[in-house]
Amino acid sequence: MQNNDKVSYTTKTNFWWILKMALRDSRKNKSRLLLFISSIVLGIASMVAISSFSDNLKKDIDQQAAELIGADLVVDSRKELSESAQHLIDSIKSISIASAEEKSFASMALFEKSGGSRLVDIRALGGNFPFYGKLETIPESAESSFRSGKNALVDKTLMLQFNAEVGDQVVIGTQKFTIAGTLTNAPGQSGISSSVAPAIFIPLEYLESTGLLQKGSRVSYNFYYQFPKTTDVDNIVEKLDAPFELEGLDGETIQMRKESTGRSFDDLTGFLSLVGFVALLLGCIGVSSAIQIYIREKLNSIAVLRCLGVSSRQAFLIFLIQVAGIGLIGSVLGAALGVLIQQLLPVVLQDLLPVAVSNDLSVIAILKGIALGVFISILFALLPLIGIHRISPLNTLRLSYEENDGPKNKYKTLVYGLIVLFILLFARMQLDSWFQTLAFTAGVLLGFLILYGVSLLLVKMVKRYFPHSWSYLWRQGLSNLYRPNNQTVIMVMAIGLGTAFIATLFFVKALLISQLSFSASSNQPNMVLFDIQSSQKQKVLDLVNKENLPVIQEVPIVTIQLETINGYNEATVRKDSTLGLSVRSFGRELRVTYRDSIISSEKITDGVWIGEVGKGDTARVSLEKEYAQRAGLKIGDRLVYNVQGLMVPTIVGSFREVDWNRVQTNFRVVFPKGVIDDAPQFHVIMTKTPNSEISAAFQLAVVQRFPTVSIIDLNLILTILDEILSKIGFVIQFMAALSILTGIIVLIASVMISKYQRVRESVLLRTMGASRKQILTIAAMEYLFLGTLAASTGIVIALLSSWALAIFSFELPFVPDILLIIGLFVGVSALTVIIGIFNSTALLNRTPLEVLRKED
Amino acid sequence: MGSILSVKNLAKIYKSGSNTLTVLQHIDFDIEEKSTVAIVGPSGSGKTTLLGLCAGLDRASSGDVILNNINLNNLNEDERAWIRNQHVGFIFQNFQLLSTLTALENVMVPLELRGASNIKEKAMELLEKVGLQDRASHYPSQLSGGEQQRISLARAFSNSPKILFADEPTGNLDTETGERVEKLLFDLNREAGTTLVLVTHDLELAARTQRVIRLKGGKLLDNAE
Repeated sequence: MQNNDKVSYTTKTNFWWILKMALRDSRKNKSRLLLFISSIVLGIASMVAISSFSDNLKKDIDQQAAELIGADLVVDSRKELSESAQHLIDSIKSISIASAEEKSFASMALFEKSGGSRLVDIRALGGNFPFYGKLETIPESAESSFRSGKNALVDKTLMLQFNAEVGDQVVIGTQKFTIAGTLTNAPGQSGISSSVAPAIFIPLEYLESTGLLQKGSRVSYNFYYQFPKTTDVDNIVEKLDAPFELEGLDGETIQMRKESTGRSFDDLTGFLSLVGFVALLLGCIGVSSAIQIYIREKLNSIAVLRCLGVSSRQAFLIFLIQVAGIGLIGSVLGAALGVLIQQLLPVVLQDLLPVAVSNDLSVIAILKGIALGVFISILFALLPLIGIHRISPLNTLRLSYEENDGPKNKYKTLVYGLIVLFILLFARMQLDSWFQTLAFTAGVLLGFLILYGVSLLLVKMVKRYFPHSWSYLWRQGLSNLYRPNNQTVIMVMAIGLGTAFIATLFFVKALLISQLSFSASSNQPNMVLFDIQSSQKQKVLDLVNKENLPVIQEVPIVTIQLETINGYNEATVRKDSTLGLSVRSFGRELRVTYRDSIISSEKITDGVWIGEVGKGDTARVSLEKEYAQRAGLKIGDRLVYNVQGLMVPTIVGSFREVDWNRVQTNFRVVFPKGVIDDAPQFHVIMTKTPNSEISAAFQLAVVQRFPTVSIIDLNLILTILDEILSKIGFVIQFMAALSILTGIIVLIASVMISKYQRVRESVLLRTMGASRKQILTIAAMEYLFLGTLAASTGIVIALLSSWALAIFSFELPFVPDILLIIGLFVGVSALTVIIGIFNSTALLNRTPLEVLRKED
Repeated sequence: MGSILSVKNLAKIYKSGSNTLTVLQHIDFDIEEKSTVAIVGPSGSGKTTLLGLCAGLDRASSGDVILNNINLNNLNEDERAWIRNQHVGFIFQNFQLLSTLTALENVMVPLELRGASNIKEKAMELLEKVGLQDRASHYPSQLSGGEQQRISLARAFSNSPKILFADEPTGNLDTETGERVEKLLFDLNREAGTTLVLVTHDLELAARTQRVIRLKGGKLLDNAE
């Protein structure tokens, strides 16, 4: 007998033969393999599009950062400068090569010609700001000419809204300015920011004469500096950190703006990447399921190859190469589609972006996308491919495919582990913290697990409680859910996940819109008049009454500052961190009110509210709970407030919970009546106008008589908010649509694969005399069961996630829209049935013999 | 002439939970090189199982299968695959051609696996021998049953096997086609000097072999010469 040890059991075949076999094997399955890869195309497309867009955005922010801020350094203050702060500002000026100053605040602007008025962002500018980039105007010369007289640059949205032209007059406060030009862009301004608060630039020297700078006005003081190229501006700001904090100043350099802008858009692109990633995962599950069916069908071929001497490793490689190949083709197609989508993203998002984003191809993003596609296809296909090891050549004699719990299951566990690890690492790359990463991964896995569990449960329940009394067609359709090679699990997962995604988006959108509508509903104010001086209050109220408008709320506002807490001033608190008090509570201007009762948007949570101060008593103020927690304050703490020069001692009497979402004036600190009633104050009046005509007429009347009074038209804000939500929503919906499309493709692929599974059976039924209608009914039943189950599970997941988002993120009560739920349920179920029937129809159009021969 | 296949006290037992099913037991025989042998027996007698064990497609529960002086029971599945490629040819009742490969490619696979040279020429030569050279580029689904089995014959002989196992080679064919395939099988076998072991129900076919091994209930009845 030959000694086995001396035999070299190695075949002479090399990689090229395996590659050749892979190509040969895939040759007759091209259309099916293409169907598999279509599942990952959209996922990769979204990844490449977002990644390229993100790369371009980063590059463009880097390149345009100087123009974004317009200066090497901006120092801003929310309050009028103290003497020492002014000294600091002057000292910075002394080392700069150019400087400019700006005071900006919200005020009404009245367009004389049209008589229209609106709350705008007045920017009174002195000096040649911006030093980088420019104020883009039409005509171009207006950028410099407006500075030399009583002129204004008016934002293009205002020019359009009020049909204004260059040369028209705009009234700001008590002064008329000539419109020198239309402002089309200013440093750091995005489309959205200009529609929320459109800017009007006027020369600083004319600000005083407008009469708008009054005690208590919310003015932002900005100082812009340009330094020699060699100056390390960031170093200067670092050194000035302490004095800046002391004076309540904030400094921002080009580098800081670059980082903060980049960071905020990292969040956006990270979020969009994750949405794309979920689409990709969904596609991969589709690929995995399709490959599993494919391998099952290849059982015989693999067994024959094994008979002919192909090793299990070689057989594994033949199919692995096919998967890698289809993964590569799918990824390249996806990357190409992604490049096309990327061209659209800057157009859609331009209004949200502070920089002009280029459309350059990002080779890195494309390569990363393709590598990701190939890797993830292989990773997910490994699960079914591992099964190849188990295929015995004996199958050529007796066909059987038995699951076993042998050592190969260890590989399966390893692959599952790798998949979870991969999701975790990928999510970590897109998200800021491990907590978010774990929450995302857990959420995704939980979603998949719920759908997986539900589909398994369905199979079990149908088997256990099979309705034997039903008609044959129904029974046949139902039994297809658990028979060998069924597609129940993958279809429920694909359809369910897609449904969960779109339903969550719909629910959240409905939630936000209902909140906005609530604000605009009949019993809520829709117009806020503020900056009303005490002397004007009665006259404004008279005007409101004259126009037959209701006064829904009238609130006095006093500006104060916190001086001491339990006798400790800012300096002491800064030195002694053991006191547990926040330094930030000091020195900041607080706008507070006084009244004798609490209002509907508030609830006392701790302590007692006393609405009026008795003679000789210390006032017991009520603090908003979260504000008090941040400041480290407790009930009974003694606070001294500086009420415009007068020191007023108070005691923390109660904490309130405030619903900030209500359209009402809400305050962190509320005084009882009888303490600050006589302090210098201004007033806010809330009213409700029935329509836009009356609203416009009323605004005009107010602005003409009280030029210093500002008006917020909530209807306008709602319109703008709706516009912003639509724009952001469009992008999110676009990305979600990719997920849903992927879901549909996986669904079509699953249905088509199951078609291959069911082909013999259908042909047999037809041979035995089943009519076309009967076969279609069986298919319709099967897909109806699948569709309804998947849709309802998806909707339940969406309800859970929307509820969590509503409660924990938006802090709103969640009331699901029943009509929306019914619509989604019917829509998804119907789509599933239609796709199922459509595919079966394609099958019925071929003759039984043709099908059987092809299947051989 | 020496023995090419030696089966010693072979048994195959399937276990399913607490149940055991003995398919084969106490099987002993030797097959001489270049001889032709038929394994016959009623359905369920263990013929196909025995063929599978002899060809190294499955592992015996006990006993030994020594093929070309190599004890198959000592080898793992990949090593047995190597043995099959080097020494064994197969013909199946349902032809078992690879549906995604053309007729020519099906014949080429065993040669390609061996890393042989002039593969295409050799494969074409075999197709000519089975009279299907003009069907080289056809896929199995484009061929009749008889044609598929002739391609299967060409493939079985392509790696010049020392021993050829045939499982009901004419079982799926009509009488006339079956007879043509049968003749071709014996002619090619004689020409190549290969040992032929075939499993069949067809006693006429069995009668054309030099020796018949009869099985019943998993046991050997006798070895009729």
